[in-house]
Amino acid sequence: MRVGIPSLPCGNFLSVVKIIEKAGGSAEIVSQPSDLQRFDKLVLAGVGAFDYGMASLTSAGWADALGELVLVKRTPVLGICLGMQLMCDASEEGSLPGLGWIGGHVRRFIANPPAAIKIPHMGWNTVQVRKANPLIASTDGEQRFYFVHSYHAVCRDESDVLATTHHGSDVTAAFNRDHIFGVQFHPEKSHRFGLQLMKRFLEVPC
Amino acid sequence: MLKHRVIPCLLLQNQGLVKTMRFRKPVYVGDPINAIRIFNDKEVDELMVLDIDASRAGRQPDYALIEQFAGECFMPLCYGGGVQTVEQARQLFALGVEKVCLQTAALRDMKVIREIADRFGSQSVLFSLDVKKEFFKGLRPYSAASATTINRPWQTLLREAVDAGAGEILLNAVDHDGMMDGVDEALIREASQSIPVPLIAVGGVGSLEDIRKALVAGASAVSAGAFFVFYGPHRAVLITYPRPSDLEALMPAP
Repeated sequence: MRVGIPSLPCGNFLSVVKIIEKAGGSAEIVSQPSDLQRFDKLVLAGVGAFDYGMASLTSAGWADALGELVLVKRTPVLGICLGMQLMCDASEEGSLPGLGWIGGHVRRFIANPPAAIKIPHMGWNTVQVRKANPLIASTDGEQRFYFVHSYHAVCRDESDVLATTHHGSDVTAAFNRDHIFGVQFHPEKSHRFGLQLMKRFLEVPC
Repeated sequence: MLKHRVIPCLLLQNQGLVKTMRFRKPVYVGDPINAIRIFNDKEVDELMVLDIDASRAGRQPDYALIEQFAGECFMPLCYGGGVQTVEQARQLFALGVEKVCLQTAALRDMKVIREIADRFGSQSVLFSLDVKKEFFKGLRPYSAASATTINRPWQTLLREAVDAGAGEILLNAVDHDGMMDGVDEALIREASQSIPVPLIAVGGVGSLEDIRKALVAGASAVSAGAFFVFYGPHRAVLITYPRPSDLEALMPAP
């Protein structure tokens, strides 16, 4: 199972490569959009600001190449953190349109006193599985993952929500529609929980 | 529910791990790669590695060594020591480090925090504030690189760092460093209430009860060095980390 990871300027991809290899797959950081078609699966990872991420995707031709593979050839894709948010329609963090693969907007956490929450939402949190899905089984027991984010995706269609986590209120921790997956947390930094999730992603049929 | 993080803090000197007392008398405690492997196996929440010589010597981060660290970490890794520019931060992130921790360069000018936050997001940059008791003046900010106190209120520096975009604050009570004599609850309380971002309290942890006290006082995370590398009254080197169930039991009710 070969996984391609677009080499965007906004990210830290070595850890993602390492977890995929530990999960039994092979991964490559891809520097040319046209090379993406050699891969069975894609991981869209990234950290940082929404507009910077979208600008990185559109300026170098990544968005077109990814759109062709994901929407036309139906290559399974996993978005991580900013990568997940970029799959939405738009974000309060920026003004550029998102990829629009999953209907929804990315909203900022609001710290409402007295139930003040710290922003960013940073650290280990448990997730609640919201539907049957190939990535996280509700029978796996408590699943905890490492989160670092100030914005979270709000799906237009509730049935796209795969799992939620609680920080002030319930927010989307993972979404999924068909072969498109997004996780707000960092599986590559979530010990055996992340490893398990990555193994499952590798098993998703192409 | 967001879980409070408990973070081993490893000090690096001449490519070896050391532990200090009140920022002095570094004692060699072992090989960093070996220690990081053990902490990874113990599934620690996060790991912090601080090179305590880099800024003092005006040296760059040891990228080759840090890359090896990152390769062992299936949890978030924060690096501090000698980071002065956004370009250095970029190199560290490219190696697999999640967060950089700044003090010396930020004390000169908080602009570097803003530049890193603008480019990589607030979550990727910590400001490390050390505070030390001064006779007749109370707690003062302390510059670890120059080993001098700074004649300004620590609260002001904290605010400046958060305004510049620091996504987290590492607050170190210098007088408690390595002493395992308990945390400064009043300091943690005041600091955490004054900032909207998470606070990592470090300095003085000698027991699980100390970790609990720091969390109750408002810390989002607690870091410790000696507590995780020393065992028993003679400070024999033994790397430990509490079991998840022990940590779970510590958590104050939300």
